[in-house]
Amino acid sequence: MMEMATTLALGVIGLAVLMNVYRFVKGPDILDRVLAVDTMVINAIALIVIAGIRFASHAVFEAALLFAMVGFVSTVAFCRFLLRGNVLE
Amino acid sequence: MIARVLPQPILTLVLAGVWLLLVNDVSAGNIVLGLVIGFAVPQVTGRYWPDGGMPRHPLRLAAYGAIVLWDIVVSNIEVARLVLFRRSEGLASRFVTIPLELRSAEAIAILAATITMTPGTVSADLSADGTSLLVHCLDAEDPDAVAAQIKERYERRLKEIFE
Amino acid sequence: MALVAEALAAALIVLGAFFLFVGSFGLAKLPDMMRRLHAPTKATTLGIGFTLIASMVWFGGVAGDPSFHELMITLFLFLTAPVTAQMISKAHILRSAQTQAELPPTGGDAAWATLPRDRTGEDKAG
Repeated sequence: MMEMATTLALGVIGLAVLMNVYRFVKGPDILDRVLAVDTMVINAIALIVIAGIRFASHAVFEAALLFAMVGFVSTVAFCRFLLRGNVLE
Repeated sequence: MIARVLPQPILTLVLAGVWLLLVNDVSAGNIVLGLVIGFAVPQVTGRYWPDGGMPRHPLRLAAYGAIVLWDIVVSNIEVARLVLFRRSEGLASRFVTIPLELRSAEAIAILAATITMTPGTVSADLSADGTSLLVHCLDAEDPDAVAAQIKERYERRLKEIFE
Repeated sequence: MALVAEALAAALIVLGAFFLFVGSFGLAKLPDMMRRLHAPTKATTLGIGFTLIASMVWFGGVAGDPSFHELMITLFLFLTAPVTAQMISKAHILRSAQTQAELPPTGGDAAWATLPRDRTGEDKAG
């Protein structure tokens, strides 16, 4: 049962990542691309966690946490750059 | 004295709990380390919290969190329905101004985050003097109803908790 | 017991994948920036929340190796999603003259904080 659920979920989330790529390529604005990458990071965290369940491994937790933190900080830093012209004042 | 050493006792406990969850291991050494972190972080970040930032009624804040969690699930079913089954040109999207009665910065931040996570609304901006909030609605036929619902359901509760 | 936990975890994973899909689908489908913001902030966050809870249920109920640090990622994402959304919408308001024209009045004396005449960082940008 778990095998089936994880396979299905990995496929569906893979499709979701493809749609993020579509938005990233199409744009039109740079912020659409930022939002697409931000969403892609969250999809990647989901893929990592589901792979962790499949391999019955705790080792992926740190990877997921790092993705979450780096994704958030980079998105906010980019928006701040667009808003203020610099990141740290 | 105790106010200077432990300016925010609840934050200290929360930080210690977060540390224990992060290391995923409850042992004497980690509890001490967690408490040291919980003691050090409020000291370092204290000047970013000029008003103390603590809710008057922490338990009511927990009840508020439960309401918001429920609304998040409901809002997602709503947004999923709009995204999947409605033609996107037919969505009545618009900006709505919400005049704020809250004055505490922490309470406004929580209200803005709540609005973003709940049905069909994203908080987009704050006015420069902090007296009104700009909210974008995905599908709102009646902007006044949206503003009234936010004020009634969330702002009133936050006002009781923080002010 | 293990069977119940496994069924629950499987259901949560499928539900989480569905919401993640809806979030990305909305991002691809909706016609303008502010509308696009709705789908990823809400649906994607709930989707990842379901997935992480499924991981907790599975490790606790089936693998017999309980862990709670997934809760930290869930909490982190729920706290950061509104911040990301607001930063993106502020940057969008600043960059798009069309959106600025649509903004309602604040109802007070001051303008919206993002608009160019209130831009405090402007002089330091060079």
